[in-house]
Amino acid sequence: MKELIIIAIGAALVNNVVLSQFLGLCPFLGVSKKIDTAAGMGGAIIFVITLSSAITSLIYTFILEKTNLTYLRTIVFILVIAALVQFVEMFLKKSMPALYQSLGVFLPLITTNCAVLGVAITNVQKEYNILESVVNGFATAVGFTIAIVILAGLRERMEYNDVPESFQGMPIVLITSGLMAIAFFGFSGLI
Amino acid sequence: MNKCMERLFNGLVKENPTFVLMLGMCPTLAVTTSAMNGLGMGLTTTVVLIMSNLIISLLRKVIPDKVRIPAYIVIIASFVTLVELLLEGFIPTLYSALGIYIPLIVVNCIILGRAESYASKNSPVASAFDGIGMGLGFTVGLTSIGMVREILGVGQIFGIQILPSSYEGMTIFILAPGAFFVLAALTALQNKVRNSKGKPKAVGCSEGCGACQNTSCLGKEQTKEAK
Repeated sequence: MKELIIIAIGAALVNNVVLSQFLGLCPFLGVSKKIDTAAGMGGAIIFVITLSSAITSLIYTFILEKTNLTYLRTIVFILVIAALVQFVEMFLKKSMPALYQSLGVFLPLITTNCAVLGVAITNVQKEYNILESVVNGFATAVGFTIAIVILAGLRERMEYNDVPESFQGMPIVLITSGLMAIAFFGFSGLI
Repeated sequence: MNKCMERLFNGLVKENPTFVLMLGMCPTLAVTTSAMNGLGMGLTTTVVLIMSNLIISLLRKVIPDKVRIPAYIVIIASFVTLVELLLEGFIPTLYSALGIYIPLIVVNCIILGRAESYASKNSPVASAFDGIGMGLGFTVGLTSIGMVREILGVGQIFGIQILPSSYEGMTIFILAPGAFFVLAALTALQNKVRNSKGKPKAVGCSEGCGACQNTSCLGKEQTKEAK
């Protein structure tokens, strides 16, 4: 249990997936203009990453390792993730239209999110078992959600600020993220 | 031959993936802690880009249109695996420095982007040169960001001391936040140049996510529509 808590805190705060590992930057910078959309994206990411880390780790332990095909992991993982996202989208559309309404638009974007593949590969490299992988995946995605919601909040405030002309748009967002990254360093004392 | 040179120029200058298109931001920020790492990542990506462009262009008439994206991904992932194993075998120092970002070349938007927008429509030779151009453009981008970070962070370039040894390095620049600051400064500079030339700002998805362009733009449109 203690191990799992350490993994969770490490993945969500200390090694935050966007701010210290730079995975999933595209949605982080792209969909962080409003708090609601940012939270929606975060929800979709939590859903997909938790599911995909469970499935990829099952496939890795029970198929790839058993058949000595571990070197195929990149190919297998990316295909599984792409298929999974499609499948989740169809499933939600059919059986949970309300959830689909709120997450639907973000799902197609997630396939290209490197955080999903990144988590799957980290799980393998750190030799996590299946439970640990799921916890790691979930916590990483929660960390992503925390970061993107905070950034969206900051950007909503920044809209009315007087930003130098050249820094408008992307540069000021990058600087804000940099400052957030410094703030997140504070968590490294936690573990 | 002219077409090949034109592709090289296009990749290096006109549509430089790092500074103009802003594609593949994750590796750009993550591995540029030193010029050497940037160069290594850039060249690794270049190799994958050339090979995948070449093969996809050769197979462009064989692959059915409906399943082209999965097919491209499989081709790209195979080359990434190949390159990963080669690096592990022959350049283990670079392999451990780049770590998880080598397998993540698969999801680098530059590669799939070029496959979709160029290699699937053009001849193998032109596609290979497009790969070389784009790859070198990416390498130049990564190496220069790496150089800026390395010189500010430790006063060295490629591990050679440039600034006097009394220079106290600003460690923040080789840590995560430094990446954001350097990229912000470079983008601001680029905006400045563009504004002073009086050109209109890039259209479309210029605002945020240049990275992962098409899908993200699409998503934004969808989000807008949904509202």
